[in-house]
Amino acid sequence: MTVTIGWYMSLAAVLFAIGAAGVLTRRNALVMFMSVELMLNSVNLTFIAAAKELGLVEGQVAALFVMVVAAAEVTIGLAILVAVFRRRASANVDELSELKG
Amino acid sequence: MIDYLWLLIALPLLGALTLIVLGKRIGEPASGWLASTLVAIPFIMAVILAVPFAGGAETEHVYVFSWIPVIGANASLLWDPLSALMALIVTGVGGLIHIYSIGYMHGDDRYPRFFGYMNLFIGSMLTLVLADNFALMFVGWELVGLSSYLLISFWFSKPSAAAAGKKAFIVNRIGDWGFLVALMMIFAAFGTLDFAIVFARAGGVLSVGMATAITLMLFVGATGKSAQLPLYVWLPDAMEGPTPVSALIHAATMVTAGVYMIARTAALFELAPVSLAVVATVGALTALFAATLAVGQRDIKKVLAYSTISQLGYMIMAVGLTALTAGIFHLMTHAFFKALLFLAAGSVIHAMSSEQDMWKMGGLRKYMPTTFVTMVIAWLAISGVFPLSGFWSKDEILGAAFAKGGWFIGLWAIGVITALITAFYMTRLIILTFFGEKRWDPDAHPHESPSTMTIPLMVLAFFAAVIGLWNTPVRLGLEHFLEPAFENVTQVHALGNLTVTALALISLAVVTVGILLAYHRYGRGELPAEDGGYWAAALDGYGVDDLYGKVIVAPGKAAATWLAMIFDVRVVDGIVNGLAVVTKAFGSSLRVLQTGWVRSYGAGIVAGSLGVILWLLLRGGAF
Repeated sequence: MTVTIGWYMSLAAVLFAIGAAGVLTRRNALVMFMSVELMLNSVNLTFIAAAKELGLVEGQVAALFVMVVAAAEVTIGLAILVAVFRRRASANVDELSELKG
Repeated sequence: MIDYLWLLIALPLLGALTLIVLGKRIGEPASGWLASTLVAIPFIMAVILAVPFAGGAETEHVYVFSWIPVIGANASLLWDPLSALMALIVTGVGGLIHIYSIGYMHGDDRYPRFFGYMNLFIGSMLTLVLADNFALMFVGWELVGLSSYLLISFWFSKPSAAAAGKKAFIVNRIGDWGFLVALMMIFAAFGTLDFAIVFARAGGVLSVGMATAITLMLFVGATGKSAQLPLYVWLPDAMEGPTPVSALIHAATMVTAGVYMIARTAALFELAPVSLAVVATVGALTALFAATLAVGQRDIKKVLAYSTISQLGYMIMAVGLTALTAGIFHLMTHAFFKALLFLAAGSVIHAMSSEQDMWKMGGLRKYMPTTFVTMVIAWLAISGVFPLSGFWSKDEILGAAFAKGGWFIGLWAIGVITALITAFYMTRLIILTFFGEKRWDPDAHPHESPSTMTIPLMVLAFFAAVIGLWNTPVRLGLEHFLEPAFENVTQVHALGNLTVTALALISLAVVTVGILLAYHRYGRGELPAEDGGYWAAALDGYGVDDLYGKVIVAPGKAAATWLAMIFDVRVVDGIVNGLAVVTKAFGSSLRVLQTGWVRSYGAGIVAGSLGVILWLLLRGGAF
């Protein structure tokens, strides 16, 4: 049984859906971050799989970019999270609703 | 040297800029001398450049820079005998008035500013007369209106002066509107505003109706600037300005712009006999109407103001008769004698410590001999006494009216009656001012004016006396000089010698009667009491201002009030407030979406993305 591109794509879709469900359903900011990372990495998986399949290098480059951006995003996000946690002793995002219109 | 023709305009404008910006540093009297020099240099240049025309030199078109080439409007100047003559009058008479002002404006707080404005006026007027296309002429036309406004309301702390300035500007705007409409029609018909092309093609391009429409609108412009019926009302009020301003702008130069413009565009007027008849008739009626008002004035400057309107009526009548040379001739002689009259009147007012009421003057001839002698010359010139300048120019106009015949004989008769009234009111002015008993305040100490004021008076008096000899029926010097400018137009001339002599004798007789009547009434001791009836009406300008106030100004104000208080508040503000209300309502109904919960925003993003994907798939035909 050969592992074709379809497998990779299906795996990525499943991972992406799990990540998205996590972001939408969990209240803990830390878990939401992990879910976002899952979504980003599922996308990376599609990039790499497509690059391999098509014999192109651009997909790998895009994946590297995503990793860099994700690293930066996590750094800032965690810094905010730490600041919020110090002030409120809670990481529940539903309590952060001061911007309600 | 002709390439430097633009300096004629640039030097006075440079002077205006310098004096308005740096005037306080330059001070008195240096700023007056600077301004006079910057008018004198253009005068000398104009003389040098005009001399070749006596020998039949060619007309010059001087290109200065590209402005709006697509409508045939470049900054390009026309130097032909007509514009040369106008430039000479503007810079010559203007220069003398600048020198006179050095003495007259002595001690004024805003002395340098005054000369800045005067230079601005000279530069603007030269732009008007030297322009080689309608657009540039319009620029000059508007700029003289601006400088006129600035100078009339020069003493703006006096409410009457500020109001007079506004009135002059607004009434002139009505005329300017006509001029602008005419320009648009000319552009629509010819596709260019260039004088040479428009005049050369006029006969082929314009139908009689179109020519009549264009020339009537041009004439509306002329009635504004040249103070003709019904737009003359600003000129008597313009006497609120300093007297040199009245002499320069409201007697000698700016008010002749309408006459010049009609003479310049005669090739168009020639195609519209109806317009010409209207122009001539309005001119004649204005001449008579204003003369009857001049008789009843007590203020020396008001007499001269109405007299100016009346004399401008003669000029407009002349150009309406297509007696262009006669019109320009009278324009020139009038520039000399009316500038002289105003400056001499200014000298009297200066001596009497700003008293302008002639009933509080009298017997001044012993105290101001130079002013007296020069003003007598001007009086004889304007009355049309042989052989002074007014006689020749006025009779040439009357002769042309007579020669044209028919309807125009009536205009000749009006002109003759006006001559009678002119002689009467000018004699009245001279007697009341210089003869009889002293009626002034015992505290007044009348004295002769300083030499910066009397020398210009003497120069002007010399020209007012002799300039008429340039164009006599015996030797038509001006006619010959102006020939190249009017070569495309058929002019009307006075009839042969016998008729000319007979007409001249009639008007001389009429003038003599006028002078004797005035002498009979004012020259023999006791002055008549002039109040009630005609005299009150004349002092009031026959109530024309009141009439305009009721018919035009009051409805205008009512409309403006309605617009400001009703339309603006309810409709304009209503629209603006309505927009705000709608925006606010929209905003408050959408704010419920802003829950503040991150996860609801996330759900929105996911739902939106899914929606986009679904739409793309549907469009791609996946299902």
